[in-house]
Amino acid sequence: MTAFALPMASNDGGFVPPTISDTHLPDILPWMTDYGTGLGKQMIMIILSVVLIVWFFKAAIRNPKLVPGRVQFFAEGFYSFARNTVGRDIMGEKNFRPWVPLLFSVFLFVLLNNIFGAIPFLQLPSFSHAGSAYAIALIIYFTWIAVGVQKHGIRYFKLAVVPTGVPAWILPLLVPLEIISNFIVRPLTHSLRLMATMLAGHMIVVLAGSGAQYLIVVQDSILLNATGVAVIVGSIAMYFLELLIMVLQAFVFTLLTAIYIQGSLEADAH
Amino acid sequence: MVTAAVILASEGANPLLPNWWEVLVTAVAFAVLLFVVKKYIAPIFEKSYTDRVEAIEGGIEKAEEAQAEANALLEQYKAQLMEARTEANGIRESARAEGAQILADLKAKAAEESARITAQAQVAIESERVAAVNSLRSEVGTLATALAGKIVGEALDDDARSNRVVERFLADLENQSNAGATK
Repeated sequence: MTAFALPMASNDGGFVPPTISDTHLPDILPWMTDYGTGLGKQMIMIILSVVLIVWFFKAAIRNPKLVPGRVQFFAEGFYSFARNTVGRDIMGEKNFRPWVPLLFSVFLFVLLNNIFGAIPFLQLPSFSHAGSAYAIALIIYFTWIAVGVQKHGIRYFKLAVVPTGVPAWILPLLVPLEIISNFIVRPLTHSLRLMATMLAGHMIVVLAGSGAQYLIVVQDSILLNATGVAVIVGSIAMYFLELLIMVLQAFVFTLLTAIYIQGSLEADAH
Repeated sequence: MVTAAVILASEGANPLLPNWWEVLVTAVAFAVLLFVVKKYIAPIFEKSYTDRVEAIEGGIEKAEEAQAEANALLEQYKAQLMEARTEANGIRESARAEGAQILADLKAKAAEESARITAQAQVAIESERVAAVNSLRSEVGTLATALAGKIVGEALDDDARSNRVVERFLADLENQSNAGATK
């Protein structure tokens, strides 16, 4: 951290730490217009992720074999992870089957868009932009509410916010809490957890990059140049930590999706 | 000097505010992905899953069938082997009995044969003896007569008398020998 702090302490005012705005590149279509006015890099990556996922999995199972080849085995690894580890283990043998495509899509979509942040030149986890995280979390939010209503009718909202087995006098306190926690906080945490971890990882990359560049290129002192190299070495460790977090967050996001839908399906069971 | 104010001023965008275009693009992209996965990808995975389960379970079933068949065959072979062994034992027993029978028959036949030969030989010996006794008797008479004649001269040439004397003598001799034999 001192390596990062040093140039800020130096009195020439040279180093300006990167900001959130630096993660908002100018739009591509129309070319180099202000961020937010047209088609940006982040949107292209979102679309690219869908294309890549569809292309890879279609190719992997174009000719499915009983004894899978290497590519099919790899593809099936993702599918059986979404199907068995997340779907079946969370939702149970009875309920999980119709939800496997959703869980699989969510997992692959989030995973690949996160991994984009670790690929040179792409180097932008799509979900570090709040919009994407909101969008997918909202889709899941509406999904589990719809599932609950479809399964239990309008009574679902009562089931979801009125816990059974608690004394009546505490309900005035509990019901508002349940409403806030289930219907307001839940989608926010679901989306912001993903967005914040990805943004933080991305900011570390940006900060390490700009810091190292400042230390090596702008500074004259050989010692500070050496610290710049240390920043790069340190950022490699951060890179692998980020990689871990990217995979982990994709897993957590999918896991929570399964848990929310499972909660709606069995709202009357608790 | 980078002050807090500068940092704040340069902070720029609020990370919590979405770019609505991104919201739209993400939602649409995800919907497309979900549609494709649901329609074209998941069913194939599910099918290959069930196919595999079937193949494995079918294989196990087939193996069990083969095992049962092999067991049945083994039982059959064992029974056959037992049967064959019993049969072989029976054959061996009967052969042994038969052999013993044959041996006994042969023994009996040999004994009979030897008895017959012995009897024949005795008959032959008896007839020889009789013949020898007869010839001896006549010869002894002649010799004795000749001898006696030589001793007493021609007086004894009367055949009738001499025959009588010889007969009597031989009878005496025979009686003596018979008495000696019976003694």
